[in-house]
Amino acid sequence: MSGRPALRDALIALAALVVILAIPFFHRSPAFEDFVIRVSAMALFATSLNLLVGTTGMVSFGHGMFYGFGAYAFGLLMQMTDLSLPVAAVLAVAMTTIAALIVGAICVRLGSDYFAFVTLAFQMLFYSIIISWQSLTGGDQGLRGGIPRREIFGFELASQLHLYQFCAVVAVLGLLALRHVTESRFGRTLRMIRDNEHRAAFLGVVLWRARLGAFTLAGGFAGLGGVLAALFVSGAYPELADWPNSGQAIFAVMLGGIGSFLGPTLGAMILLALNDAVTRVTEYHGLVLGLVILISALGLRRGVLDYLRLIRSRRAPSGESR
Amino acid sequence: MDFEALAACLTTAACVVTQTTSGLIVGMLLFLVAAGVTLIFGVLKVVNFAHGTFYMLGGYVAYSTLNVTGSYTVAVLAGALAMAAFGVVFERALISRVYGSNVLMQLLICYAVVLIFDDLVKIVWGPEFHAMGMPPAFQVPPLFIAGGVVPPFYAVLIAIAALIAIVLGLGLSRTRLGKTVRAAAINPQMVSALGVNTTLLFAIVFAIGGGLAGLAGALAAPVRSLSPGMGFSILIESFIVTVIGGMGSIAGALVSALLIGMVRGFGTIGFPKFTDGLIYIVMIAILLTRPQGLFGRRQ
Repeated sequence: MSGRPALRDALIALAALVVILAIPFFHRSPAFEDFVIRVSAMALFATSLNLLVGTTGMVSFGHGMFYGFGAYAFGLLMQMTDLSLPVAAVLAVAMTTIAALIVGAICVRLGSDYFAFVTLAFQMLFYSIIISWQSLTGGDQGLRGGIPRREIFGFELASQLHLYQFCAVVAVLGLLALRHVTESRFGRTLRMIRDNEHRAAFLGVVLWRARLGAFTLAGGFAGLGGVLAALFVSGAYPELADWPNSGQAIFAVMLGGIGSFLGPTLGAMILLALNDAVTRVTEYHGLVLGLVILISALGLRRGVLDYLRLIRSRRAPSGESR
Repeated sequence: MDFEALAACLTTAACVVTQTTSGLIVGMLLFLVAAGVTLIFGVLKVVNFAHGTFYMLGGYVAYSTLNVTGSYTVAVLAGALAMAAFGVVFERALISRVYGSNVLMQLLICYAVVLIFDDLVKIVWGPEFHAMGMPPAFQVPPLFIAGGVVPPFYAVLIAIAALIAIVLGLGLSRTRLGKTVRAAAINPQMVSALGVNTTLLFAIVFAIGGGLAGLAGALAAPVRSLSPGMGFSILIESFIVTVIGGMGSIAGALVSALLIGMVRGFGTIGFPKFTDGLIYIVMIAILLTRPQGLFGRRQ
């Protein structure tokens, strides 16, 4: 491994970004651009969840709360104030981070099974509040009337191409930041907690503080994903904060691979592509999706990327093992 | 929020009786489902996310059986037995393959099953709502207790569920099978080393859990309508019940199911739009004061 992993990661991110941004100059496809926009939101959501699940070993069932929180906070800020889009987005992410800090402060000391369910309970509480606080959120109809896509620096987000570019840049930067967190000292501490919390505690790690840090960060990045989702649908809907949405993120993580940083992103792509493809063919997409999940889960027993890495490390047993 | 309505209700006997009855119905049906969830978790340490599917299928099997045979008793029994069998197949074919692996793997398998059967139900029975209708024997004027309305079918439903709670409780504490199940919950390796066929035992636990959920679905069918997504909401609520009661505790499941039932029964009067939220608040409050649940052992 090279001596400067951070630089390597940045170069990879830059290369990916260049490729994504270059594609529309050669070939315009609205369906593809929509897909990338949706993947960018979902990838941030799933990867931030994996900071909890894969890196720290905390299984949260309620991560969708922060995705929905980000979307609603951003939508409401844009509708009710004249703030410019980046300011509203940063504020929305900050608010989501604070919400995650509060929920996390209550949850992180619980045992793992209870942690999963209490986070779910908080998400469902948030969902109920959205549904019942009709005057603010529009209830089950969602936040309607559209989000004004005010231009930033001559950048019209109302155009699909610009939205595509914006989402790609935000997602790649967000993922790079998350990568940085996972590879930092803090990230290593989190992995140590996952592998052996007693040892970590013995070495002087304050477990709840590290876990709360991870939970808060993960919530913030999920909120960023929610901002992108709100931009895409030009609104916010209660479904964003409903529990099947948390389920989707968990499946993206599991399908792509819990032990690889890009696993959740790959999982998000697979899940969305699968959803699109199946919906076009049959109305029973749950049936097909379910069968695919069953086969991949029982067949590979791990996410796609983790599986590929396992194969590779088997082929080259002397190679790096991580 | 309508505290006046709630206060008015609590001071009239009629309203209290009516809401208590509806709360009991909700609570008892919830108990039947949650008992299976908590039993399966207690013994196998598997969080069965597909339990709502058992409930849904139980209801649909009963619906079809009723159309064929015309007998409610047969229909309910068919729903329960079919789901007991389904539970065994589910455990053997799918869940047993991921014992001991990541809880998320189990979640994934169960969610796949939920997706598949929601669609299969749509294919077989159609996406529309089905109503099973009250048994003719109960199509009589309701009972009036202290001025409150209590349909006789509700009373029977509550009695059946209460009977099953007693049988389950006695069965677990007094019979040999029940003692083995409880022992397996504490130390499955030791139970296996002592010569008990734990493979069979695990299948039996899934049969009981599935059967109870199927029974609940079949019993609920005349009261609620049948629809492909009906397993979802009962699943969430039965998890809440399980967690509040303490995962693995049957008595805890009963108490918390009744508690949730009452919150629902009276919450609809005081907080018509926020009943769900109220339940989550109750759950959060209880878990913050007793993280292991009302009847749970400390971890």
